[in-house]
Amino acid sequence: MNRAARRVVSLTVGRWTFAIGLLLVLLAAWPLGAQECLACHSDATMTDANGHSLFVDGQKFGSSIHGGLKCNDCHAGIKGYPHPDKMAPVACKNCHADEAEALKTSVHADGREHPCTSCHGDAHAIYPKTDPRSAVYPLNVPKTCGQCHGVNGMAGKHGLPSVYPNYMDSIHGFALSQEGLLVAANCQSCHGSHHILSHNDPQSSTYKMNVPATCGACHAKIETDFEAGAHGHAIAKGNGKAPVCTDCHTAHTIVQPTESKFRMQSTPICGNCHKDKFSTYRDTFHSQLGFLGGYVETARCWDCHRAHDVRPTSDPDSPVNPAHLIATCGQCHAGANASFVKYDPHANAHDRKRNPGLYYVRLFMNLLLVSVLTFFLLHTILWIIRSRLRQLKNRAAKGENHD
Amino acid sequence: MTEPVRAEATTNPGGEEKYYLRFTREQRLMHAVLFTTFLGLAATGLPIRFSQSFWARKLAAAVGGFGAILFLHKLCAVVLTIAFLLHVKEVMRRGLIHREKGVFWGPNSMVANWKDAKDLGGHMRWFVGLGPRPKFDRYAYWEKFDYWAVFWGMVVIGFSGYAMWFAPFFAHFLPGWALNAVLVIHSDEALLAVLFIFSIHFVNTHLRPDSFPMDMVIFTGVESEEEFKQKRPLEYEREIGKGTLEKKRAEAPPLWFVTFARIVGFTAIFIGLTLLVLTLTAYFS
Repeated sequence: MNRAARRVVSLTVGRWTFAIGLLLVLLAAWPLGAQECLACHSDATMTDANGHSLFVDGQKFGSSIHGGLKCNDCHAGIKGYPHPDKMAPVACKNCHADEAEALKTSVHADGREHPCTSCHGDAHAIYPKTDPRSAVYPLNVPKTCGQCHGVNGMAGKHGLPSVYPNYMDSIHGFALSQEGLLVAANCQSCHGSHHILSHNDPQSSTYKMNVPATCGACHAKIETDFEAGAHGHAIAKGNGKAPVCTDCHTAHTIVQPTESKFRMQSTPICGNCHKDKFSTYRDTFHSQLGFLGGYVETARCWDCHRAHDVRPTSDPDSPVNPAHLIATCGQCHAGANASFVKYDPHANAHDRKRNPGLYYVRLFMNLLLVSVLTFFLLHTILWIIRSRLRQLKNRAAKGENHD
Repeated sequence: MTEPVRAEATTNPGGEEKYYLRFTREQRLMHAVLFTTFLGLAATGLPIRFSQSFWARKLAAAVGGFGAILFLHKLCAVVLTIAFLLHVKEVMRRGLIHREKGVFWGPNSMVANWKDAKDLGGHMRWFVGLGPRPKFDRYAYWEKFDYWAVFWGMVVIGFSGYAMWFAPFFAHFLPGWALNAVLVIHSDEALLAVLFIFSIHFVNTHLRPDSFPMDMVIFTGVESEEEFKQKRPLEYEREIGKGTLEKKRAEAPPLWFVTFARIVGFTAIFIGLTLLVLTLTAYFS
């Protein structure tokens, strides 16, 4: 360049001096590498000794968030051609120190297994997360995480389940993939991005005790309701046995609670802890018809007890407090009256103290059933044998006569 | 009460056989309504009773789908209730208004008497070879039991069913715990009815060696003289003694009707036995 400039200077004077000076300034300001490097690296077939592609799409790179940088801003150590034998790896953390710091203690800390590009995509085509072309644009996040956390994904190596298909079938996944809702929860809404921790880590947003706050980031009213109820109180006191959002709704397979699928699957979930209540519920017509599948209308636990703000019966605000029973039962049973709500939806026909009337009725019905059937079964069996014997005897007698 | 529930006889292919009337057309129709609605009630009730069993959802889908199952159950119940009330009205008309003799007492009545108790004992002794086979009259003791079992069953299952259907209304008269009890009563009594009809009644009336495979008299209404004489000797002798036997003479049933009745009867028995097997699998699993 200097030799060329000298030649021009030697040949021209006056206003040409100004023009050449301007050219010099422009040349000096040209990003080092972008054009020079692309002179070689725009060759789509270019590979290194190991066969890895060394191709860079200049146009894509130019439009990417790093399009204003010089190649050796990242590929440090390269001053020109030929390149040094040993090159320092690209260190994103030089600029993105906070992210690198957060990543260091996360489940994705291993940089070889989880390089930045595993989530952010092609290193020369990184876009801001608000750009639909970005791998971490909200609508693209599940697919990006699903590369490893899907069927036969890398996460399986660490014994982690495939959650991508579950998420995509969930109400969140549906809102995101079908409706394109940017506000629909994607992976990082709950798990975070760089500082993802195991759900066993008390610092994690998905640690059991933190789940209500995590879901509450969007579902604020439900979080308030939950905190007011017995389950929320127990969680606040540090009782890890109490359920949080994910115990009933699951983490990734969340369905619309009014759907029959959810109404079918969640009663047994309450039954996991409330075993006696579940067992007595199953003896009722509510359960018998409800378990048939199509009958989503029959009462499930939360239809009477509420879903999030579950309170003990003694609490005046509980829908199953005697003061509210007529209204609560009346949601389904038009004409519910004071006598009607004396019905015990958790009656136990085997508990003489709790339900004496029912206990004796059941006992009588069982005795009636067993005695009638036993007597007539014996009666019929003896009858069959005797009749058959008589038939054979008669036939034998006839046979003798004929002979 | 002279409502026959069923009889025992076998169709006799003998061509020159004399036939005698046992059941009127109304009585046979009553039995048809009874077993049709009973099968309907059992098929729609059992999936609800045993909703946890592996076949419940499939059976529910087969008998009209989840949305229709309760509707069909109630529909059959209403038809059966009407049939029951018509029967009670008929008995009352004959016994109380027309003062017909023998409706509430005597050999033609469904009301049990001392002879039935003796017949039961005698029959049991005959089973084990300790005595002669008793001579039965128009309605044998097990036939009367069937009649009263169904009668009582309809009252009990019907009342408890309506109490659940119109629970808030019934709550005005019933104590709170009774609303719990009606489900137990309804399902246990219905279970007894299903088990009894689909095993004991089927065998006693149709499948036992003397009647195998099906007693056709409840469908055709008539039976041959030989059957009459053998099955109900006391009634036969009484009719001869009174000289009224010929009043009971009837035409032999047309072949097409016998064939039709067989198809209907065997279908009913097949459905009943299927439901019996399903019930037993659910009950013992």
